[in-house]
Amino acid sequence: MITRRDLLRGGAAALATLAAPHVARAAPARVVVVGGGFGGATAARQLRRLAPEIAVTLVDPAPRFVTCPFSNLVLAGLRNIGSISHDFAALERLGITRVQAAAREIDQSGRRLVLADGSALPYDRLVLSPGVDMRWDALEGYDEAAASLAPHAWKAGEQTLLLRRQLEALEDGGLVVMTVPDNPYRCPPGPYERVGLIAHYLKTARPRAKILVLDAKDAFSKKALFQEGWKALYGDMVEWIGQADDGAVVRVDAARREAVTAFGTVHKAAVLNVIPPQQAGAIARRAGLTDASGWVPVKPESFAARQGEHIHVVGDATQAAPMPKSGFCASGQGRLASAAIAAELGGRPAPRPAWMNTCYSLVGPDYGISVADVYRVAEGRIATVPGAGGVSPLGADSAFRAAEARFAGGWYDAITADIWGPRR
Amino acid sequence: MKQLAPALGAAALLMAATAPVAAETPSAADAAMLAGGCMSCHGPQGASPGAMPSIAGRPEQELATLLLAFRAGEIPGTTVMTRLMKGFAPEEIAALARYYAALPARSTP
Repeated sequence: MITRRDLLRGGAAALATLAAPHVARAAPARVVVVGGGFGGATAARQLRRLAPEIAVTLVDPAPRFVTCPFSNLVLAGLRNIGSISHDFAALERLGITRVQAAAREIDQSGRRLVLADGSALPYDRLVLSPGVDMRWDALEGYDEAAASLAPHAWKAGEQTLLLRRQLEALEDGGLVVMTVPDNPYRCPPGPYERVGLIAHYLKTARPRAKILVLDAKDAFSKKALFQEGWKALYGDMVEWIGQADDGAVVRVDAARREAVTAFGTVHKAAVLNVIPPQQAGAIARRAGLTDASGWVPVKPESFAARQGEHIHVVGDATQAAPMPKSGFCASGQGRLASAAIAAELGGRPAPRPAWMNTCYSLVGPDYGISVADVYRVAEGRIATVPGAGGVSPLGADSAFRAAEARFAGGWYDAITADIWGPRR
Repeated sequence: MKQLAPALGAAALLMAATAPVAAETPSAADAAMLAGGCMSCHGPQGASPGAMPSIAGRPEQELATLLLAFRAGEIPGTTVMTRLMKGFAPEEIAALARYYAALPARSTP
């Protein structure tokens, strides 16, 4: 007797030896997806499109996903949190089974995902899109409790609202301090977009306030463009200090709202936003899928975890450089992983990987800049396509910046509709 | 015709020998992978819900001409499209145009 598992193991060869009616009677293959964000929700949706015969389950403890993209607009008071929250109803209507629970661990030999309550979901393939966790041990004085005083707001939701409330309570003339980690971290240009949008809020509501950015590095994504924009829109309201000028923060006193640099300079803030070093989400670490870097090495052609069996990992948790940890890239990786899984389970050749990324950043509500790239696999590695990609031009006119700001909004509407379904 | 055939064969051989890897016509599955990323800005199945132009259901030739013009940097005021299209071989751009021309102009949610 040939079991379904034999079928899956044998792949195309096993399928070819069987008559179609037998195949039709086999139990459907099961794919379990952990994480309903950009990577996971894309993988689940695309699996339904590509292989309707596969049973897809989406596991996430939250009732809806709140996007980090555009959460800086919530901080600036330009959007509400509901407008960046996306439930899973449209995915359920596609036939995806949703399980609202936290994933606890992976039983790799038994191919079961164990949930927080001890129950287990069997799978033929597992897709993890666990995002990032803060490294609470990486920055002295900054643990989970400290984050309730000096928010990171680097996972959107309650943390975003907390930082927003603190900004609203800021007195005019007050100092906002933001600390930024070294690479890699989620959304490389995100801190700098945040600087501009907080400055936009302060310029209108607290015009004598200032923002000080303490950075653990000297170069960052779209640096020249951001600095040009900050100067143009906010004058001397924004000050950025890089690593070479003692910008690296090594200790935080959240209760006193103090950030201490490598050379011992103490910066006292009225509002302290600490973006700490990060790592792959807990489920990936507990399953042994991460290496010493704290991130998950993957095979570029399928985003299968190098340190796992029948497990694909997508999104910010992975080592996918030169692809950045962006929602756009996570979605593309989810698309590839689902195509690779559908091909493998269906006995078809794997698709050739291809990705794009476009990260828009708003310096102000009508001032957008972008970085774009095209990626392929070359010699077993992810590589940018030579001659393609790049950032917006320096010195562009206001019409160009306004167009990119408009496209930033268009991008958000498009990618969220593409992943979670159109807003109703 | 009979005399032309060997010449065509030789030309095809020459092209196969000199063309870069990406210059073959992508399979349907590979074309879908190439086209997937477009939807992250232009919307599900190329139908945009917002400020981006929709690309689904536009004539194949129109799309191909436009994308090649972006690739060549010939459209003033372009933001990201030239940067992106420079990463695609002409055969891949043809596949993108074919893919989106075949989709319905307006997808029903």
